[in-house]
Amino acid sequence: MSATMEKGVRVLKEVIDSRIASYFSSCVHCGICADACLFYTETGDPKYTPIHKLEPLRRVYEQEYTLFGKLGKLIGWSKAVTDAELAEWQELVYNSCTLCGRCSVVCPVGNDIVYMVRKLREGMSASGNAPDGLKGAVTRTVTIGSPMGIKLPAVKAQIKHVEADYGLKVPLDMEGADYLVMLSSMEIINFPEYLGAIGKIMHSVGKTWTLSSEAFEATNAGMQIGNSDLARVIVTRIVDAAEKLKAKTVISPECGHAYTALRWEGANLIGRPFTFKVQHIIEVLGEFEAQGLLKTEGMETDKLTFHDPCQLARRGGVIKQQRVLMNKVAENFVEMPDAGFMNWCCGGGGGASAIEEGEELRLKAFAVKIRQFNAVKPDRLVTACANCRIVLEEGLEHYAMKLPVIGLTELVAEHLPEPK
Amino acid sequence: MDHLAFLTWVRGTGLDIALSLFVFGVLWRLIEIYGLGVKKDLSEPRAGEAASGWHTIWRRSFPQKEAMMKSPVTYAGGIIFHFGLAIVVLFFVPHILLIKDMFGFGWPGLPSQVIDLVTVVTMVAMILVLVDRLVKPVKRFLSTKADYITWVLTFMPLLTGWLAVQHLLLPYTLMLAIHILSVEILLIVLPFSKLFHAFTAFGSRWYNGEVNGHKGVAV
Repeated sequence: MSATMEKGVRVLKEVIDSRIASYFSSCVHCGICADACLFYTETGDPKYTPIHKLEPLRRVYEQEYTLFGKLGKLIGWSKAVTDAELAEWQELVYNSCTLCGRCSVVCPVGNDIVYMVRKLREGMSASGNAPDGLKGAVTRTVTIGSPMGIKLPAVKAQIKHVEADYGLKVPLDMEGADYLVMLSSMEIINFPEYLGAIGKIMHSVGKTWTLSSEAFEATNAGMQIGNSDLARVIVTRIVDAAEKLKAKTVISPECGHAYTALRWEGANLIGRPFTFKVQHIIEVLGEFEAQGLLKTEGMETDKLTFHDPCQLARRGGVIKQQRVLMNKVAENFVEMPDAGFMNWCCGGGGGASAIEEGEELRLKAFAVKIRQFNAVKPDRLVTACANCRIVLEEGLEHYAMKLPVIGLTELVAEHLPEPK
Repeated sequence: MDHLAFLTWVRGTGLDIALSLFVFGVLWRLIEIYGLGVKKDLSEPRAGEAASGWHTIWRRSFPQKEAMMKSPVTYAGGIIFHFGLAIVVLFFVPHILLIKDMFGFGWPGLPSQVIDLVTVVTMVAMILVLVDRLVKPVKRFLSTKADYITWVLTFMPLLTGWLAVQHLLLPYTLMLAIHILSVEILLIVLPFSKLFHAFTAFGSRWYNGEVNGHKGVAV
């Protein structure tokens, strides 16, 4: 066994807890999780059955933590997990799993399969079996500050543009603001309108906000690759900035996994509760709306539908707010089949969109989205995750479907009354 | 050994051994699994009504519409045979008498014609899920020898019990002895096989529901 492999197995042993032991002891091989997974439904290949993706972890559990497993290992009945196997499993653990969590909510015995995939990735990453695309993203996040290699000057340049275009001030490193706003690289490079929208909305509702020059990027490739040490480095950067600026609330951008990393994993990664609140931008807008602060005018008249980012809805508990907001600005808002809690993933979450060799499979799996769109035939598609947005646009282009994709925050911002 | 001696052994020594191993096995496995512990979640829970451990324990007993449509045999067959097994085990009068004999308390049973019918329905449901396992690509792919062995071990008590009551195939005494022996084998294997989901499924659902409850996901 190589040294990295040894490390991988050691990490896997460390991540196994009562949950994982209970889950593996409960599986009856009913196969119901397969039908919940877009990589199985769109390929029909049984190897994409979610529980099967965990086979290396299951073997380590059995051999290290069960009486008969230990005996079996002793007398040579059960073989130890090999490096070659982990390499083979890379496709199953990363390319064909977006951590969307549909399997975890249909399993009849209650297995949280995604929880286990997340843990298996720790061992895959430690043993050097993570995909190159994700490795690169992690290295760039840790050394440069963002997975796409964006540095502060790029952010500052965008701030300048936004200030000129929207005629409003974008605060940087302001102490004691109500909100510390985080961005995702995608928004900095591809969707500058997000930052402008935030500025307009905050101005309109009368809240103070700021960006931080030390932490502006919220996406967490460390979590996606399954390296908690690196995930911690990335989260700590945000925690330090928030505490230094004494921000009351940190706003996670329109990015699903950034939200999960910060909202649910963050405190566990740094080993203590946060001193500030973490909210997704859609939650914040929902709150403004509930408090009567969000005034809009005019309605979109074309047919709009909403793609729920998995980490926001099913894995994050934010399901109603986006619907309230949609109905506030669109008179013809229609729901796709399975929308909301059971919405189908775009196919690019959990770091999958950063894996080049997974593209063909990803586009194949996208057929499920095309079916959803065809069921309601919308004029435009709204979402609240910059990564979903890119993946949706790529998928739509591949299937030659003309359907513009927009972000919900900017859609809401377009309907704010003009400042007097 | 004649039939009566065989029956006497499985009713006495055999049952004692099986029950002891069962109790030991269940405790061992529960400690092995739940003794590992879980880390406390330090993230701030979302307030408001959502899922919970109890909710999910109850909710996952029933299929979601989409999943039901895609795996009708797994769901219908599974639900019928689980309920059928429970009814036959807990409401057949001789079973209740045995429990009363051992623990000193019992409850009213169901007429034997009803038990007869439930047994046959349960066996048919079990055969259907087995066929589904062999025919459906995903289930066939996932299946190991243990899946088929545990199916046989679960089916045998039903079949032999039914045959004994119907006085079919073998003399009653021998069939009854085989029936009891098959139950004893099932009891011994249960804690150390996937059949242990009879215990852990509740723990798993609890954990799953707890996480969703913490996040405020309304399931």
